[in-house]
Amino acid sequence: MNSQSEQTGLSSPAVVLPSWTKVWLMRLAYSVLPLLIALAITGSLLLMMGVNPLKYYAYIVRKGLFTPSGLAATLTRMGPLLLIAASLIVAFRAGLWNLGGDGQFLLGAVTSSALAPALIGWGVPVWLTLLLAMLAAVVVGAIWALLPGLLKAWQNINEIITTMMMSFLGISLANVLVKLVFCDPNTTVPQTRTLPWEDRLPALFGSNISSGLLIGLVAILAVHWMMTRSAFGLQLRVVGANPQAAIHAGIPVFALSAALAGLGGAVEIMGVQGNVRADWNPAYGLVVVPLVFLARFNGFGTIAFVFLFSMLSIGSESAARRMDIPNHFTLVTVAVLMLVLGLTECVEQRQRQKKG
Amino acid sequence: MDLFTVGFLTSLLLGAVIAGVPLLLAGLGEQLSEKAGVLNIGLEGMMLCGGYLGFYVAWQSQSMGFGLLAGALGGGLTGALMALLCVWWRLNQIVVGIAITLGAEGATALLHYFQFSRTYPRLGNVDSWAIPGLHQIPLVGQVLFNQPLVVYLAVLTVPLFAWIYRSTLAGLYLQAAGDKPAALDAAGINVLRTRTIAVVITGMFAGLGGAFMSQIGAGIFVPFMTQGNGFIGIVLAMLARGKPLWVLAGALLFGCCLSMTTALQVLGIDVPTDVIQMLPFIAVMLVLLLFGRRASLPAALGAPYVRGAR
Amino acid sequence: MSDIAPVLSVKQITKRFPGIVANDQVDFALWPGEVHVLLGENGAGKSTLVSMLAGLLQPDEGSITLAGEQQSIHSPQRALDLGIGTVFQHSMMVPSLSVVDNFVLGERWWKRPPRARFAQEIARVSKEIGVQVNPYATAGSLSLGEQQQAEIVRTLLRGSRVLILDEATAMLTPQNASELGQLMRRLVAQGLAVVFITHKLNEALDWGDRISVLRLGRKVGEITPDSLRALSREEATRRVVQLMFNLDAAQSREAEHRERSSSCQHDASPVLEIHALEVNDALMPVSRIELRIRPGEIIGVAGIDGNGQKQLAEAIAGQRPLSSGRIWLDGTSIESDSIGERRRRGLRYVTDNRLGEGTVGTFPVATNLLLKQIGDPPFWRNGIEQTAAIAEWSRVRIREYDIRVPQTDTPIGKLSGGNIQKAVLARELGGTPRAVIFSKPTYGLDLQNIRSTRRRIRETAESGSAVMLISTDLEEILELADRIAVMSQGQIVGVVENDPRARSRVGELMSGVH
Repeated sequence: MNSQSEQTGLSSPAVVLPSWTKVWLMRLAYSVLPLLIALAITGSLLLMMGVNPLKYYAYIVRKGLFTPSGLAATLTRMGPLLLIAASLIVAFRAGLWNLGGDGQFLLGAVTSSALAPALIGWGVPVWLTLLLAMLAAVVVGAIWALLPGLLKAWQNINEIITTMMMSFLGISLANVLVKLVFCDPNTTVPQTRTLPWEDRLPALFGSNISSGLLIGLVAILAVHWMMTRSAFGLQLRVVGANPQAAIHAGIPVFALSAALAGLGGAVEIMGVQGNVRADWNPAYGLVVVPLVFLARFNGFGTIAFVFLFSMLSIGSESAARRMDIPNHFTLVTVAVLMLVLGLTECVEQRQRQKKG
Repeated sequence: MDLFTVGFLTSLLLGAVIAGVPLLLAGLGEQLSEKAGVLNIGLEGMMLCGGYLGFYVAWQSQSMGFGLLAGALGGGLTGALMALLCVWWRLNQIVVGIAITLGAEGATALLHYFQFSRTYPRLGNVDSWAIPGLHQIPLVGQVLFNQPLVVYLAVLTVPLFAWIYRSTLAGLYLQAAGDKPAALDAAGINVLRTRTIAVVITGMFAGLGGAFMSQIGAGIFVPFMTQGNGFIGIVLAMLARGKPLWVLAGALLFGCCLSMTTALQVLGIDVPTDVIQMLPFIAVMLVLLLFGRRASLPAALGAPYVRGAR
Repeated sequence: MSDIAPVLSVKQITKRFPGIVANDQVDFALWPGEVHVLLGENGAGKSTLVSMLAGLLQPDEGSITLAGEQQSIHSPQRALDLGIGTVFQHSMMVPSLSVVDNFVLGERWWKRPPRARFAQEIARVSKEIGVQVNPYATAGSLSLGEQQQAEIVRTLLRGSRVLILDEATAMLTPQNASELGQLMRRLVAQGLAVVFITHKLNEALDWGDRISVLRLGRKVGEITPDSLRALSREEATRRVVQLMFNLDAAQSREAEHRERSSSCQHDASPVLEIHALEVNDALMPVSRIELRIRPGEIIGVAGIDGNGQKQLAEAIAGQRPLSSGRIWLDGTSIESDSIGERRRRGLRYVTDNRLGEGTVGTFPVATNLLLKQIGDPPFWRNGIEQTAAIAEWSRVRIREYDIRVPQTDTPIGKLSGGNIQKAVLARELGGTPRAVIFSKPTYGLDLQNIRSTRRRIRETAESGSAVMLISTDLEEILELADRIAVMSQGQIVGVVENDPRARSRVGELMSGVH
């Protein structure tokens, strides 16, 4: 093929490269600006409740970030959250709403908390125990998503209802298992057998940070890499861009998404909790949704937002004890963030449409 | 073992009513929204807003009536917020719904903490309205016909909505707004306004349901007390295929299941709540699996309306 | 000569969209008791004009006068109030409501739906105009023809004096279309004024009193009722075809056009052969297609839009199943091959649906360039993306095809139509294609892009591929094609050599004169 420019007499280059920094700044602005606006709104809410917002946020940041125990707790909490985030990214990118994360998470937690002490008791080495328990959680999570996946693929039944209901079912089932099947006979409070400290997920390099963090990071980065660099991920995204085709993506995507959520449960138990108490449900499934949207499904952005959220959580839990402000405030912050983000996206789009 | 003892049945029915009324209200509200084409995932949040506001006003004014009205108002305001964001500014309905739920959970928990956490006030007993004659029917009379006024009103809303959907112009507008908004627009009716009204009324119903839970059901507001009732309401609405009567049936079914544990304890049978709680969900999944219904949802559900968009 | 004042008149109406002038100073008048046909090809501006009358769009310039008074039709409701009723090719009724419920939608919300009264009115009007509309039938259960009849009854109930039928026959079976035509005649006999938009010539002549022809946004001619009555059917056809396809002006350019060079290898065996092809389709089944395209040859497929071209193209590409027939590519039969296999063998399809089917709007150009080769080496090895290879490939293609992208990863949906088309071309014409089907490749492009796309098509043929060019732009086909096949009603009604007589012969074939 001949060069176009010679034939048509055009002299300008075919690809125009603008200032690299300008682009980067725009992107940053669109991601950080919602954050700032949200902080301003929540700050004013705090003022209305008679709390100095600057003091509050300063305290949280200090407790969540600048103390060694706080930082360790923040990073540890990130592990399961990242896994749930990975689970959501896989589903959302493919155009499917997996709102069943809580049920999948809990079932994974219960499975691993039941299996691990048993295996240890049979003399299985720790590393193998942990591995097998995680594997079991993954499988259980995946199984839990089969039904919604099938119903979507066969009858195009709205997966919002089916995943939500399987979640309720899963939460109840998990409680039944904890209270009736896997109950530790030696404790007064119903819970599964506690995994001894030495048999849990090892801490990193002598710190207090659970290696669950590593698992979470690996999962997020793997999902990100798969989505952006692999043929399979690209095909998923093609499907996600076309809602009609999402029916066919169905089952493998649901299974993968749920498997990751189940793994999140396992990591939470084997890294932090050690057992599953009855009626325990941290309900991470819903609260991670905004974070993933804020990061626009980008792996690195997700890590940043999950870190931020983690820090806010840990800090506000501490503030709850000391400053008398319950940690529920984090929920409000996240909600406001999400709404502000939605608005900025809206504004962005309208501006682009005007430019045409 | 005689299952049909007075104690068991009374306990079951009473529990079913207490648990079912919020579900009924939430479900009816969600059904209204969905008919008009808006998928309202923020129902849980609206219930909590209504629950808190209702409890607060009831406690301050010592009047149940004011409390319930305030609850409806609180839910309605939240609904207005959702309408603004989703119907007028056309943000993604699911994302906004989740944000509203999370925000309401946090906000009501916070407010409760600042106001009541030291005192934990309890509301007094609720006045019941005994329907003359009927309330003397053995067994069911006391349960079904000796309830606070709001229970009767909630149940009466079922035929009211059914009538509205079938026999009034407003009902036709709603159906058009959800099925083919372009046709409604071409007929000269403002689609956005119709949807907004639907969403605000949904919020009011959800708020009333939440207020019922805090004022009458429990007598106290506890953070996160709705425990997924809002989401169950969404499920009920989606399965009810546009018929309010089926929302009532579903609400009763779930209500019975939720109260089954306490009722069984009357008989001395101790079945864990969780097992019973699984039953309705299993039933629903089975139905979906066997009958493979595409829950007949309005065609334009979830899609914002833009005139002239081709 | 009618001295009656027109009930509606439109003067110097102009409407612009980014990059295109949809209506260019159009004058148009409507008299009561007449069916005024608006004829023109796709893109001529008929729908835009009518949208302004129906209150969906506002004119940029010009005026609309109704019964002597200038009016601004700012909403569909206003159009209805002014007595203008519109029926579109797609139903505007709510499928889940009954007919009578659909009709009462305009009333104030606090009233009880006056179903009984409306049902009576529906029965009355239906009888007056000679149709049968069941008021209590669910709209979704009616056929399209019946829904349109119901919509016409509705406009009459609202007291419309002007009825606009916008491509109303496009989706109807011939019999239903004929019923609609007869209904039109009955309506004007009762004093209504009807605007009938169509691109089917036979309908215009069957049912029209007055014909206005639009071409590229302008009104290029009008045949008054007296003239129409005076002309024979054949003469009328020829007049209209002349206007629609610009035959008059073009006569003088015939001489220049003989300069077109052909790259057809006349002696080689055909690259693409189609035999007895039949495609099942609800709207426009295709049958008895026979084509042989030699290397270097460009076959133009002309015809009014909607006569089976899309179905044919998709069947050859593999996106639609055949009900019978054979397709050979370089001697190998491919009718049972998958889309991917046909592609690998060298068959390419440049779809006219650029943003919908052809690309994924949110992905960057580089990804779209490889959309049909996801997972293939050398761009993917073991399923892993080879960024460098992909970047290099897309750089080369972007440069070759002069695709203007602000940044390398701009989503393709943000590019102009012309650049999106260039990207689609870059993708489909890569890797030595053997046969390429172009479907309306220059539709919606500006002049410069049209020229460069046509050059691409020529180059594709020059490199030895067989080219099928489906287009509704007769100029384009006459400029590029070696032979021209005309499609009508799902069949090829004739194939002509592209010689000086081609234009008139094609015009005749398209308008049904064999």
